[in-house]
Amino acid sequence: MTYLTKPKLHHPALPTNAIGLTRRDYEGAVSTLCAGCGHDSISAAIIQAFYELAIEPHRVAKLSGIGCSSKTPTYFLGAGHGFNSVHGRMPSVLTGAALANRDLIYLGVSGDGDSASIGLGQFAHVMRRGVNMVYIVENNGVYGLTKGQFSATADKGSKAKRGAVNSDEPIDLVQLALVLGASFVARGFSGDKGQLVPLIKAAVEHKGVAFIDVVSPCVAFNNHPGSTKSYDYVRAHNEAVNRLDFMPLREPITADVPPGGVESVLLHDGGTLRLRKLHAEYDPRDKVGALSYLEAHRAKGEVVTGLLYVEEHPTELHDAQNTVAVPLNALGDAELVPGSVALAAFNAALA
Amino acid sequence: MKALSRVNDFVVKFANVNGSGSASANALFAKAVLKMGVPVAARNIFPSNIQGLPTWYEVRVVEAGWRGRRGGVDLMVAMNPETWDEDVIEIEPGGYLFYDSTKPLPPSRFREDVTVIAMPLMEICNATYTDPRQRQLFKNIIYLGALAGLLGIDPGVIEDLLAAQYRGKEQLRESNRKAFRLGFDYAAAHFKPIGLRIERRDQVGNRIFVDGNNAAALGAVYGGATVCAWYPITPSSSLAEAFAKHCHRLRVDPATGHNRFAIVQAEDELASIGMVIGGAWNGARSFTATSGPGVSLMQEFIGLAYFAEIPAVIFDVQRGSPSTGMPTKTQQADLLTCAYASHGDTKHVLLFPEDPKECFEMGAMAFDLADRLQTPVFVMMDLDIGMQDWLTEPLAWDDGHRLDRGKVMSAAALEAGKDFGRYLDVDGDGIPYRTYPGTHAKRGGYFTRGTSKDRYARYTEDGNAYVDNMQRLLRKFETAKALVPAPLVRRAAQPTRAGAIWYGSTGAAMAESLVELAAEGIHLDQMRLRAFPFADAVADFVADHDHVFVIEQNRDAQLRMMLVNECGIDPAKLIPVLHYDGNPMTERFVTREIAEKARLFNVTPMRPRQAVPGAGGRRRADSAD
Repeated sequence: MTYLTKPKLHHPALPTNAIGLTRRDYEGAVSTLCAGCGHDSISAAIIQAFYELAIEPHRVAKLSGIGCSSKTPTYFLGAGHGFNSVHGRMPSVLTGAALANRDLIYLGVSGDGDSASIGLGQFAHVMRRGVNMVYIVENNGVYGLTKGQFSATADKGSKAKRGAVNSDEPIDLVQLALVLGASFVARGFSGDKGQLVPLIKAAVEHKGVAFIDVVSPCVAFNNHPGSTKSYDYVRAHNEAVNRLDFMPLREPITADVPPGGVESVLLHDGGTLRLRKLHAEYDPRDKVGALSYLEAHRAKGEVVTGLLYVEEHPTELHDAQNTVAVPLNALGDAELVPGSVALAAFNAALA
Repeated sequence: MKALSRVNDFVVKFANVNGSGSASANALFAKAVLKMGVPVAARNIFPSNIQGLPTWYEVRVVEAGWRGRRGGVDLMVAMNPETWDEDVIEIEPGGYLFYDSTKPLPPSRFREDVTVIAMPLMEICNATYTDPRQRQLFKNIIYLGALAGLLGIDPGVIEDLLAAQYRGKEQLRESNRKAFRLGFDYAAAHFKPIGLRIERRDQVGNRIFVDGNNAAALGAVYGGATVCAWYPITPSSSLAEAFAKHCHRLRVDPATGHNRFAIVQAEDELASIGMVIGGAWNGARSFTATSGPGVSLMQEFIGLAYFAEIPAVIFDVQRGSPSTGMPTKTQQADLLTCAYASHGDTKHVLLFPEDPKECFEMGAMAFDLADRLQTPVFVMMDLDIGMQDWLTEPLAWDDGHRLDRGKVMSAAALEAGKDFGRYLDVDGDGIPYRTYPGTHAKRGGYFTRGTSKDRYARYTEDGNAYVDNMQRLLRKFETAKALVPAPLVRRAAQPTRAGAIWYGSTGAAMAESLVELAAEGIHLDQMRLRAFPFADAVADFVADHDHVFVIEQNRDAQLRMMLVNECGIDPAKLIPVLHYDGNPMTERFVTREIAEKARLFNVTPMRPRQAVPGAGGRRRADSAD
């Protein structure tokens, strides 16, 4: 970590986005994580994504659980409200928050310990319910804050820093999310910002639960030979199925599309998401295909990245709840309190 | 043995097998008595089971209007061979036994001091119906008819109730009416009048017959709750279900058909309270309904809500504990676990409704308190109030009341440059201002966390900042004292040095018991607690007396412990009176307990007590008031 205070001033000629904000307006406090931590790269990608999407930072609610990854919401979108909840329970807190105000954007940040171990139950149920959120797991395979114990996503046979070998099967959150009904599932790598930023942008635009598993090496406890979550290992075994090169959303498709292998995926608002296919046979709208592709490559020790699955017409929790368009937290006495006349009817029915 | 002779003042108990359709027939009996203008106190005593186990329904016909159980049974409707022996034993000397005489029983299974009313119910059913299900269901309505005939219930009253119950289902109504008439006419033809009679009165007035879960759920609607997250657990499930029912009636936008509420059946209690905290953090009034095991699971989150200062309303419908305990029995044993829920130094606001009416009132009030105090608020109900129908004053609402959202800083105030520190005590009452997420582009954003922080919500491990915050939380709890409902005091008819303190459903038996005790020369000043933190008046009340009975429904005298610790009271002054077998406390029990302890502690000079006949304890006077 650095001990320097971040300067408030910035270069007057810094570029601005569509709403006149600079990239600096999307930053948060200085990170207290270890130098070189993959999580800091993910924070940088989140900053870049929201800057490019030109979303007002204070309209984003950032929620997390407990752990290194869960500390990161302090380090981006400083003007937004953050909530560092309890270990493994971010999904429920976020669900309640999303019910209370459907107008904000909800970003849940979690880790592999937080989501795959103590919080596996809540992870499962937030996927089932289709809460309109972006769920990012910063996945390093270890418990960092408690100094290097294996997490539930550590691969079987992978080695801890002090030599212990993990004997348990790993939980693949991507496969789990697919099975549990997530309508947007992706995997990125903290070392590949070019791939990650568009994935985050697409996830924010997705109206439903969007899950991104980001492999994020822990430089302190899980970046050594024998680890399958190290920078070197992931770089050597990264199997990207596609690149999200363009996200023109509501803009017309321009002419500079590279020829061949481009796939358009419709978004809920009529926009399109364009994917450059790296593997001709991979179709991110085919859930069954995605599952078997993932399983086949997992067996080979490869880390499949990219947009793995997207439901083109997702529904979210508010659809199931049939809630009013006005956020529930904005309803006043007149809409909420039925009054004495309605009560008299209740009394009469029971008298 | 002289057969009991009573008008509008006796206890009928129905012994049935659960899942046999008896519940609706028995409830019809209670409602019919009410329609005769005579109050009832009814208790469903049921197992944690859906079909096949013993279940009882006790109806106390009580013109005097007492709402608790008396103790003892005057007329047993014994419909369950499995519990026959224990049911027969429970009958008061001189009481009555109504049973199905289709299969003969040896004389040894009866009592000489009990009048037997034999009706070949199964034989009648078999002769009348061919379908086995009908034989079972209509048996209940037939004995209801017979009882109406025996006790003098106007058959028109029950026919009206059947008409209301089966409105639009003419065939069902007619078949039920016929079954009822079959029983009624059989009684007229075969039974002599008995000593128990129901006569028309006008003692019910405009009171309503409702269960506390239903009323509390309606309270949540009136309290402005919009987010409900819950996990099914007896005896609280019907609260969340009633909330859904009320919302679909009262909270659907008529223009769009969209809901002004959201209800999530969560995956467990951890998720329910997490959703409540998330919703409340984001400015929507949120609640959960649960019972003891659920509160145990919620502990970590409750500590977060306390420390991060997030409103949350928790209805705890207490049941028999610890562990899974007795899920369908009642207790007041979650007091400590709720008052000090979670690790570390925590204290929480508790509300103590005594009946369904207060479940409604406190159910609504809890949301104002939670927002005002920015902290969890527990509504401490129990199975006895929550799941039983109580005769209660009609619910009332002041249309002038405005929901109190507490100290929420607006975008305008932030824009005007007002200093915002999330944990800054600007008014000296320990309550800081909060902002809803998304309020202002530049100001008012902050990080909510369970870790220690300074007045401006910045993470810190500085000991001074930590202590400063913990002290402010104490000041806030002190502020709560003046905001929660004050204890109610009633002086005894004669000056006395002894008092009684209780809360919640215990009041039903206490109200009657105090009259009985006074008749015995034991006069007690009374304080009914309605909330924690305790008002200063509580310590004053104890100080004003030599001895104070603390009556509650748990083994360890939890309320007494809290009084000793929170008010610095000499434990010797507080005499515990405890009832915790899971059944609602009876007047006979509490009167006997207090009378005996009063004698032991020489609380008050006593007149010689009357003899105690039978196994059921002291026989109560026929005119209770």
